[in-house]
Amino acid sequence: MASEVVLAMCNITKRFPGVIANKKVNFELRRGEIHALLGENGAGKTTLMNILYGLYAPDAGEIYVKGKKVNIQSPKDAIALGIGMVHQHFMLVPTLTVAENVILGMKSSPFKLDLEKARQEIKELCTRYNFQLDVDSKVQDLSVGAQQRVELIKAFYRGAEILVMDEPTAVLTPQEVEELFRILRQFVESGKSVVFISHKLWEVMRISDRVTVLRGGEVVGTLNTKDTTKEELASLMVGRPVMMEYDKVACTRPHPLLILENLRVKGESSASSLKGVSFSVHGGEIVGIAGVDGNGQKELAEAIMGLRPVEGGKIIFAGQDITSWPTRARIEAGLAHVPEDRHREGLILDFTVAENLVLDTYDKPPFTRGKVFYPGEVKELGRRLVKEFDIRPPNPEALARYFSGGNQQKIVLARQLSRQPKFLLAVQPTRGLDVGATEFVHQRLLNEKQRGVAVLLISADLDEVLLLSDRVLVIYEGRIMGEVIPGQVSYTEIGLLMGGAQVAERSAG
Amino acid sequence: MEVKWGKWVLKVERKPRVKGTVPALIGPLVALSLALAVSSLVIALSKVNPLVAYQYMFYGAFGSVRSFTETLVKTTPLLLCGLGLTIAYRTGLISVGAEGQMIIGGLFTTLAGLYMGWLPGFLLLPVLMLAGLIGGGLWGAIPGYLKARLGVSEVINTIMLNYIAYYLVAYLLDVPLREPPGYFPQSAQIARQGWLPYLLPGTRLHLGVIIAFLSCFVVYFILWRSPLGYQMRAVGYNREAARHSGINVEKNMVLAFTLSGAFAGLAGMVEIAGLHHRLLGGFSSEYGFDAMAVALLGKLHPAGVAIAALFFGALRVGANMMQRSVQVPASLVFVIQGLVILFVLMDELLRNYVIRFLKPHMEEESHGAQ
Repeated sequence: MASEVVLAMCNITKRFPGVIANKKVNFELRRGEIHALLGENGAGKTTLMNILYGLYAPDAGEIYVKGKKVNIQSPKDAIALGIGMVHQHFMLVPTLTVAENVILGMKSSPFKLDLEKARQEIKELCTRYNFQLDVDSKVQDLSVGAQQRVELIKAFYRGAEILVMDEPTAVLTPQEVEELFRILRQFVESGKSVVFISHKLWEVMRISDRVTVLRGGEVVGTLNTKDTTKEELASLMVGRPVMMEYDKVACTRPHPLLILENLRVKGESSASSLKGVSFSVHGGEIVGIAGVDGNGQKELAEAIMGLRPVEGGKIIFAGQDITSWPTRARIEAGLAHVPEDRHREGLILDFTVAENLVLDTYDKPPFTRGKVFYPGEVKELGRRLVKEFDIRPPNPEALARYFSGGNQQKIVLARQLSRQPKFLLAVQPTRGLDVGATEFVHQRLLNEKQRGVAVLLISADLDEVLLLSDRVLVIYEGRIMGEVIPGQVSYTEIGLLMGGAQVAERSAG
Repeated sequence: MEVKWGKWVLKVERKPRVKGTVPALIGPLVALSLALAVSSLVIALSKVNPLVAYQYMFYGAFGSVRSFTETLVKTTPLLLCGLGLTIAYRTGLISVGAEGQMIIGGLFTTLAGLYMGWLPGFLLLPVLMLAGLIGGGLWGAIPGYLKARLGVSEVINTIMLNYIAYYLVAYLLDVPLREPPGYFPQSAQIARQGWLPYLLPGTRLHLGVIIAFLSCFVVYFILWRSPLGYQMRAVGYNREAARHSGINVEKNMVLAFTLSGAFAGLAGMVEIAGLHHRLLGGFSSEYGFDAMAVALLGKLHPAGVAIAALFFGALRVGANMMQRSVQVPASLVFVIQGLVILFVLMDELLRNYVIRFLKPHMEEESHGAQ
């Protein structure tokens, strides 16, 4: 592997009103390496790369590409220098085909569009990187993983030698992540380089050659990946030692609290329809549901909360058949739900923190007494919970919209946990959160378990499920494939279950 | 976004939103000033000094007891319809239906006033009010129900129901309700004891204006001091999150539309019982449409809506004075109204950004940012 430096960013400083996003940052990328840029949300990773891509102008500092000082004014300049960027949110036109998206905005003859030639070239690229991609299908019909591949092709087609990937795995299933890693490896083997922005430690350990850690806009270190550990990276990133494993104390109660009996639910696709799911959750335990996204997890969660009609089977909670109860009655009976998408389902972004905290209890005393709603009581609760759950900034009157992802999730948790539920359904509770917030959420879930709450954890992050759960059920195409105890089985075995490979051997479900 | 102009850079940056009464007031005021400024260009085109025109307009609206009471009379239906729309908009429902709801409210009031005229006044007045509320409420509940159960667009439904209401009343005035001997498309007068009492002798100022201003408090109470209001606002901001916490979204939509219609119906009631004392074709005189601008300019808050309604009422009255005195057509009011809406909508955008002028090399030196 050659160690020629293809990109150097020296003393980059960028200020935004009130904050310094980058403070004298030095960053260096070698030919043929995958260099991870690690840091918590707001550490300045994306700002740095946006400067490289010409989206922001730095207040100070210099950029050298292949030893030459460059002045990047716009993404056009960046592309001309061989820099490609795949953003976290894709920049694709949904109604155009793959090929049309790839050539969109490229210079060619103004009078003639040679789509045929482009199609052939794109097809060749697809073959070279072994992409499963039909160049003539419309982008709106593609899965998220396939859309990301279109973005990659776009960068490759424009001759990118330096590829910047901004949190590329946030939206992918484990299989798609594997596929992406394979493509990136192949890309750098041909003498190109990748900057991999991430805040997930395990993927940084897996994919990168070197890591640069940013904290509060400053570089706290650049390390060779093979000489470091997850623990070291985590403490560099957060600035203090971080707990990587939790003590698990089983405190299971003898009787199951929630029982699903042969539950059948029509889903968004036939793969995600529940086809007879049975299991139970006891008080004082965390049961994890592992599986690739879209295998019925969403349907399972919605059926338990009464948000989706049940076609057959029963849901029994604390001895009562709640199968046909409305959502509100279930909440009042002691079910709590941390939904998958906190912006869409969990929070009302234009309500204040305090108003969000009473979304389940606004019509109960002390907030409503004798048909009158008391905003003063709501504020009072807000002040108390903001302290208790360490929501920052500690202002219960601020709109939920202006909080970071971690603090927004704390608002959701505070709302659910403050009413002392008996059962907690947590769906992807740490998706998109940084290390500190993830740790907080995990700790709260374990606390609830200790308190005797039955916790059902649904997550596409296998590490998280294994880390927290006492038992793990693997779901595939709407069926429970089997139950495993974390620590007693290998990743490969769970992976097989997640892929539905052992349907024949196992007679579960 | 950056625009470069020689050495100078014009920078548009997002800024954090400020909550509070003063910033909330600045937006509409700026929108108003801009609307008046642009309109003055239009006035200048007809070779009249805009300041003089505005002066006559102001005088026409507030200059004497008579003109001020006229302004209040016009403010009344605008305010009631605007309050109704505030409820719908806060629940995330785009209602265009205040006009039709007001017409049906007026129709119900007239029917009650014609056929229950044997009631004594202290009973008849509440009955008329109830009739207006029920009429408007029913007319509002229809698009609400269609939206909630079938997902039909409330925009189209309310527009269509406006037409239905308008032509239904036109038909009724043509045949069954027409006052004998029947030269004009109007009904007979409602019972005398059902008229809203006048507040000032010699003017048309009637009790309706007090009903309208009291309704501000009622709407404030519904929206911010009742669990129902909390629900409706939750549904308005984020239907999915409301549903996830067990709020019945469909029920709230129907309720919000019904309440919204009821206030518009009340506007119809005060117009009939306070002013015309009979049903006339076109009595609603497009108050229901202007009320949409009133609600938006008032930032969907009862206090703001009251001020905005007063402003629009003053425009209607003042414009006539302006036309008589300096021959600027009264329809200029429509221009001003349109511009106000335009600028109010833009203000929503502009308020989230700051514009900064910078000299590029000044920025390069670090001014110790802390």
